[in-house]
Amino acid sequence: MEERRITVTVNGEPRTVEIEPRLLLAHLLRQGLGLTGTHIGCDTTNCGACTVLYDGRPVKSCTMLAVQADGHEVTTVEGLGTPSELDPVQEGFTTEHGLQCGFCTPGMMMAAKALITENPNPTEEDVRWGLSGNLCRCTGYQNIVKAVLWAAEKQRAASAAASTDVTV
Amino acid sequence: MYPSRFRYEAPRSLGEAFALLAEHGDEAKVLAGGQSLIPLVKLRFAAPAMLVDINGIPELAYHREDADGSLRIGALCRHADLERSPLLPGNHPTMAAAAPLVADPIVRTRGTLVGSLCHADPQGDWASVMLALNGEIIAQGPNGRRTIPAVDFVVGPFQNALHPGEIAVEARVPAARGTVSGSYLKLERRVGDFATAGVAVAIESVGGQVIRAGIGLTGVGAGNIKAVEAEQSLVGYTLDPDVIARAAELAAGAARPKTDHRGSAEYKRHVVATFVRRALSGYRAPVAA
Ligand SMILES: Cc1cc2nc3c(=O)[nH]c(=O)nc-3n(C[C@H](O)[C@H](O)[C@H](O)COP(=O)(O)OP(=O)(O)OC[C@H]3O[C@@H](n4cnc5c(N)ncnc54)[C@H](O)[C@@H]3O)c2cc1C
Ligand code: FES
Ligand code: FES
Repeated sequence: MEERRITVTVNGEPRTVEIEPRLLLAHLLRQGLGLTGTHIGCDTTNCGACTVLYDGRPVKSCTMLAVQADGHEVTTVEGLGTPSELDPVQEGFTTEHGLQCGFCTPGMMMAAKALITENPNPTEEDVRWGLSGNLCRCTGYQNIVKAVLWAAEKQRAASAAASTDVTV
Repeated sequence: MYPSRFRYEAPRSLGEAFALLAEHGDEAKVLAGGQSLIPLVKLRFAAPAMLVDINGIPELAYHREDADGSLRIGALCRHADLERSPLLPGNHPTMAAAAPLVADPIVRTRGTLVGSLCHADPQGDWASVMLALNGEIIAQGPNGRRTIPAVDFVVGPFQNALHPGEIAVEARVPAARGTVSGSYLKLERRVGDFATAGVAVAIESVGGQVIRAGIGLTGVGAGNIKAVEAEQSLVGYTLDPDVIARAAELAAGAARPKTDHRGSAEYKRHVVATFVRRALSGYRAPVAA
């Protein structure tokens, strides 16, 4: 079957690849591009471990075709921050112990990033609701919720500081 | 698992999409949000020869209210767009209540209302809402458009009334008269699960007297059920406790639940009656459960 040449902007960098249309986005990221931070935890679109941002919105990358990302932007957990400069979400998960085995963590963090970008000041209820498409078998969610609230606060403080810089 | 091989095209206009669909007849499938179709092709429960991806047709991405108050929902309007829509909470309480209860937040980013109606899953939530609201589906093909009432749109489990080569371009909710009230109540074992039982209620009233009532049931039959007798029992009355109780009993009687892993038939019937009573008593489901 014919291969397609597509160009996807992954974590800010345009990547051109030749793929079969039946390739799932999650497989392109993991096998095609070596970005194994995106996990695959189920066959039924239930777990959310594969969550990435597609044009800034959270999607389950196991339930999209890679070819659908042609001309679009995808952000994976590798694009969230760098080891020296973690994203507030990554810092939050570290500080509040938002993980145990870590399998669900990349998907949780991407869903959390989308959540606090859309709603910078979420309540605990908002966080539980916003992450309800992501399953964790270890933590019981308590510390994940704390981590996201921590990250939201950090992000608010950072943007407040940034806007003061501008006005001074 | 990997899907089996298929041809994939992403047309930029409806005209192109119809041409592609015509080439492959009933071997072709429309790909909308993909939140039902991709799981099926992944598990190889479906193996279409051709996928026509309509996500690149911008003219399908809208929902709007007409001057007369009717609501139009384009084929690329996502569940999440409806969940966040400022148009729904005031005049469309049944739609507003249902949007956040379909699937889970990440699935809602992609999945569409029209795709959900087309998929015709007997457990789907939107079909009950459309039955309660007397909604319609606009089908378009190479030979023009036709309007299909929601009651006629689903012809069996996972089967809709579209002809090969047609695309459902829009769902439409007719304008309400008088004062509008209603809700969608859903019992699910956990977020993202299909309904153990769900009830859509839509009421129009003038001076406290019901002039139109719609009741749709999810998960309690071989398909979504329009509880016509229960609806009719309300028209001409005010929503007093005995009127409500009678409608609840009639709706439970219209349900055809089966005992399964989600609960016994008797239990589901009881939930239907309870939900109809609550919805008619003005109870609104908490959005964040
Ligand atoms: C984990 C999970 C949980 C879910 N829970 C629920 C739930 O609780 N309640 C619920 O109602 N749904 C649920 N769903 C299904 C979800 O709502 C889907 O989004 C919906 O059923 C299909 O919409 P779609 O746009 O994704 O359609 P697709 O998956 O793209 O298509 C589904 C079918 O409809 C056809 N189709 C789609 N659009 C058109 C069109 N415009 N014209 C002609 N044919 C078309 C396709 O060819 C295909 O056969 C769930 C899905 C998942 C993965
Ligand atoms: S891998 Fe489980 S939802 Fe994608
Ligand atoms: S930390 Fe193990 S699955 Fe969430």
